[in-house]
Amino acid sequence: MLGLTITQWLFGILSLMAIMFALMVVFTRNPVNSVLYLVLTFFCIAGHYLLLNAQFLAVVHIVVYAGAIMVLFLFIIMLMNLNPDTEPRKHIMTRLIAGVIGGVLLFVFVGALKGAEQLQLTQSGASQIGLIKNLGHVLFTEYLFPFEITSVLLLAALVGAIMIGKKDTNINVSRNS
Amino acid sequence: MIALLIYKGIMCVAVFGISLGVAAYSTLWERKFAAFLQDRKGPNRAGWGGILQPLADGGKMFFKEEIIPNVSNRALFILGPSMFMVTALMTGAVIPWGKPLMINGVTYDLQITDINIGAIYILGVASVGVYGIMIGGWASNNKYSLLGAVRASSQMISYEIAMGISLIALIISAGGSLSVKDILESQDQGVANIVWQPLGFIIFFVCALAETNRAPFDMAECETELVGGFHTEYSAMKLGLFLFAEYINMFISSAIMAGFYFGGYNFPFANELYSALGLEQGSWLISLIGFGAYFTKIVLFICLFMWVRWTLPRFRYDQLMNLGWKGLLPLSLLNLAITIVIEYFRGNIQF
Repeated sequence: MLGLTITQWLFGILSLMAIMFALMVVFTRNPVNSVLYLVLTFFCIAGHYLLLNAQFLAVVHIVVYAGAIMVLFLFIIMLMNLNPDTEPRKHIMTRLIAGVIGGVLLFVFVGALKGAEQLQLTQSGASQIGLIKNLGHVLFTEYLFPFEITSVLLLAALVGAIMIGKKDTNINVSRNS
Repeated sequence: MIALLIYKGIMCVAVFGISLGVAAYSTLWERKFAAFLQDRKGPNRAGWGGILQPLADGGKMFFKEEIIPNVSNRALFILGPSMFMVTALMTGAVIPWGKPLMINGVTYDLQITDINIGAIYILGVASVGVYGIMIGGWASNNKYSLLGAVRASSQMISYEIAMGISLIALIISAGGSLSVKDILESQDQGVANIVWQPLGFIIFFVCALAETNRAPFDMAECETELVGGFHTEYSAMKLGLFLFAEYINMFISSAIMAGFYFGGYNFPFANELYSALGLEQGSWLISLIGFGAYFTKIVLFICLFMWVRWTLPRFRYDQLMNLGWKGLLPLSLLNLAITIVIEYFRGNIQF
């Protein structure tokens, strides 16, 4: 089949789907559809992880992003009940400027891509680092410090989110009295 | 290559058929069980003792009128129940249903696929399962459906955390492998994991009740408050798929609990029994006896699910959230800490 192996076919199809769904996220008018397309994009990326022999990363990607974070996104968007009819229409000037800025950014990206030299990847698809045993070993020996720092950072973000989300009891008391 | 495909195909069809068959007869058994607990007779008209009732129900579902509300999002309205059904059926792929079978010198595992991250795969599929409810509930364009969908999703996310942590404790106890087959094999010699994980099992069971949306956690379809919950607007087979998938979920979570905590196809003195009968490794009789033992455990778990449903009243929503976050989550962390200490002294983990 065109001289490509099955892995290359899968890579091509998955990449095409990922890019298509990512574009649909931006182009659909309905925010709920956008979220669902984003979930599909995550599934395609999980497929890429599988092709890189990183099963653990693939499944954790689905559990965390598709299974938890995007569900919360969907949750919020459904509750806000956004729909295309009530979306404010932007002024024609704003849209024009946004278009120009976006175009310039694209131009910069293409320019940067043109000057970039092609990386020679030495690691083949047979890398074992994505398997859970090797990954755990590396995380808890070689990269222990960054790993712990990341978890402290996440904890700080969690506490911060709770502090912001918490009701200010003082205000309630004064309002009730 | 062809032989592998045929074997995998047969396994897929078999697991699919067993899941559907068990789910169908669970609906009948549930009604019989409820009738028994309430001192009634239950369905007994279709066939001998009501044995054809699931077929009658299925037929009725197919021939009812399909109604799609014209204010709803049509594509998503159809996608909702389909996705719920698909995710319910996906978990069965990693469960080993019996001891490997030897035919003409080739060993066949009674499992569709043995991936090395099977335990997390189960969690992953469970977490994706909520999309079916959410999409269906939102696409109905009905506030009761939306409330049911929102309740279901927040409930599932809350209980998934405690479930995941109790699963981690189990994996430490069972020798550190995430493959479902390895977890079951670790109970072949010695005792079932329940001995080392009694608290973990209770947490897992409560979370499984919540994840399958069964009473007392069926807030998503609480008919006294929300009409019918997320499936208020559904009719005919699309409603049937929602109801049916719940029974498949129940079957699969029973299979997971029976396998992870009660040894699955292993049972006490199994190896002694096999040698007394003079059976060698890979004999079809061993596979059959193992499968029978596993199936008995699964049926007992399904009965337990039903017993809970027809005994306990429904929780209030804030009680449900309090139980999940303030009760089960700290308890599962405690269980994990205790497990690590015990396993350190048992010599399963080194620092």
